[in-house]
Amino acid sequence: MTEESKTRVDDPIKARFADEITLDEREAYEGYIVPAEKLLGFAQVLRDELGYDYLSSVTGVDYLPDEKMEVVYHAYRTAGGPAAVFKVQLPRDHSDVPSLVSIYPGADFQEREAWDLLGIHFSGHPDLRRILLWEGFAGHPLRKDWEEPYFEEERKPFGNRWPEGQVYRIEDKMAFGKNVKYPDEFTPEGWVPEGEQALYASLEQGGRIRAGNGNGNGSGEDVGEEIVVNLGPQHPSTHGVFRMVVTLDGETITSLKPVMGYLHRNHEKIGERNTFLMNMPFTDRLDYICSMSNNFGYALAVEKLMGIAPPERAEYIRVIMAELTRIVNHLWAIGFLLNDLGAFFTPALYVINERELILDVFEAVSGSRMMCNYFRFGGLARDLSDDALEKIKEIVIDRLPGKIDELDVYLTGNEIVRTRGEGVGVLTAEQAIAYSAAGPVLRASGVPYDVRKSDPYSIYDRFDFDIAVRPNGDVYDRYLVRMDEIRQSLRILQQAVRDIPGGEIQTGKPQYQVRVPAGEAYGRVENPKGELGFYVISDGKPNPWRYHVRAPSFINLTGMEQMCIGQKIADVVAILGSIDIVLGETDR
Amino acid sequence: MFGEGLIKGLGVTLKHFIGTYLDDIRWLGRGRYYNEAALERRQSPQARGVFTVQYPEEKLPVPEEFRYIPFLVYEVNEDGSHQDRCTSCGICAKVCPPQCIWIVRSNDPETGRPIPEPTDFFIDTDICMNCGLCAEYCPFDAIKMDHNYELASYDRFEHHIFDKERLSKPVSYYAQIRPENYRREEKARAEKEAAKAARRKG
Repeated sequence: MTEESKTRVDDPIKARFADEITLDEREAYEGYIVPAEKLLGFAQVLRDELGYDYLSSVTGVDYLPDEKMEVVYHAYRTAGGPAAVFKVQLPRDHSDVPSLVSIYPGADFQEREAWDLLGIHFSGHPDLRRILLWEGFAGHPLRKDWEEPYFEEERKPFGNRWPEGQVYRIEDKMAFGKNVKYPDEFTPEGWVPEGEQALYASLEQGGRIRAGNGNGNGSGEDVGEEIVVNLGPQHPSTHGVFRMVVTLDGETITSLKPVMGYLHRNHEKIGERNTFLMNMPFTDRLDYICSMSNNFGYALAVEKLMGIAPPERAEYIRVIMAELTRIVNHLWAIGFLLNDLGAFFTPALYVINERELILDVFEAVSGSRMMCNYFRFGGLARDLSDDALEKIKEIVIDRLPGKIDELDVYLTGNEIVRTRGEGVGVLTAEQAIAYSAAGPVLRASGVPYDVRKSDPYSIYDRFDFDIAVRPNGDVYDRYLVRMDEIRQSLRILQQAVRDIPGGEIQTGKPQYQVRVPAGEAYGRVENPKGELGFYVISDGKPNPWRYHVRAPSFINLTGMEQMCIGQKIADVVAILGSIDIVLGETDR
Repeated sequence: MFGEGLIKGLGVTLKHFIGTYLDDIRWLGRGRYYNEAALERRQSPQARGVFTVQYPEEKLPVPEEFRYIPFLVYEVNEDGSHQDRCTSCGICAKVCPPQCIWIVRSNDPETGRPIPEPTDFFIDTDICMNCGLCAEYCPFDAIKMDHNYELASYDRFEHHIFDKERLSKPVSYYAQIRPENYRREEKARAEKEAAKAARRKG
């Protein structure tokens, strides 16, 4: 088949660029291959003329056998619809690609991540430093030829476990001091952390954003004496181990850089060693508040590759679990936002009461309160019992609506919440889209974008619900959006428990070794914290070739500096609380 | 009026405060704590007032599906000897995400054929992530997830790798902690046996 005959008339991207780009013709791949030198022009047109204003995901892939590196971009229209997927292919030993930060500022952290983990260089990136690992780290761990200090085998299952199980403690093999590799000629004792200097130097860009001029020399003019303050890594407001370096003019923030990776465990490398099924319980540990919907995203991605769909009853149970998870997460987020505002634990414990009831359901259904591991490819681990369904009905019909109204009376009109929240940490609609913010952060800025409506998956198109959206983009609106979303989730749940049919919960026989045909798939769900995407590549073997997580907690932090500049230092805590991050997902 | 929201909010706190005592009065004489009926109500969607469980004096009842660290099921023969259900097929070791299961299989010295029962079986409980995949995919119902979550010990180097002896528990224990699952599996097994017997006759 020739190039021309494959181009459909209704493909405006191919029509617009004609010979400049080529279709990705590999079996079960999608999208366009753009030459690196044409990438900036392509992205500009894509955003401005074709309306793909939201860059969701930037992923690096190492194709070791082909000696190639690939950067995969997924862009969407905030008006809704499917993705525009485009890719840049680079030589593996010298991979250099123009940075898209000038067009899509939301690419910032994701490009840094691809540099950190894969060693793909993004020229023109304003601040290309490592992001999840530290500066003294040897190599780029997601490269296929990189091996960890205690390397056992390329892929699981490991051969020595059976039939001659030679038992040993992993800790003996990974003794302290031997479980780390340094670059050549590196001595930990004599190390001057140049990364810290680069970090502090990067703070000067804050002045540039504030002055609103993109080509300033970086030294904030008319600023008095600025001081640098480190919030964290150990700080109660950071909800984990997370650090923010800020410069202050008096009490006012002039620049801010998030520093993360303290909880990094290279989830994606583990995922590529694992078989497809083994990754399911690992996804629980990403955003550990929302394990059910993490399962959902991963199951969707692999099911897309396998070309199967779960039976009707399983779809309903999935939606019920995902929406219960959303309620759990938003209750938790609201409770801890109030903690950050100084209402020490009374609101948090009131909402945790309700959360516990939902966790009881999760425990009865999946066997664990938080690490649910409940979804399987083409179905679920086990059926939902009638008792559990009755309990869910009691919770979502009889109990929660009243409790949410009570919470509304308790908090929404509270003058302290309003004073601390209104007009603080504002992100306009344009900025929210530009910074690839997702979930409640995006919708609180007045962008009615919700994957459940804009690009429906599973059976969400059958339910009657509205996208929660608020116009102001401040801390208070992010709180309100979460309250609205709990109410919408209750609406979905009430319909789902009414309509749930009987029948099977698994397509085909449950298998421990699923056969996944070669190809790529991007599965995304509207997680409580934003769009959670799984980009999975299979090469036909039992383990995924590439397993990438588009983590909403991580990407939502890209706009953090924008939200904080000009605010008081005490508000940083409230703003971070309103973004609602979980470090298990941010650091992966 | 400024402060109205605050006062309304404090009203909610007051309601919670009073609710706590109302529940105390409701259970007056019978005891709101250390009482199974009260605990069950305190943990249900009908609960009012304080939810707190007085651990370790009170313990939350765990649901049947609750999973914590696998154990091996053995049958007790009529003469009192133990028969492992495990055939050391190795599926659990292959499906285990953190690879914490080690199985030693041995061959019969005379015939040279593999002995079905495992010679040894280890689980490193430091690494086990309690995902339950081993129990889910075991074709012989030989490995199941336990309910006992109080496993703290003083020496992790000595005690955290469980061997076959530590892991093995009788079928009666399994039937006790997971009655529904046990019934379902026994029924399926009986049907399979009956079908096999019918085929043999026919």
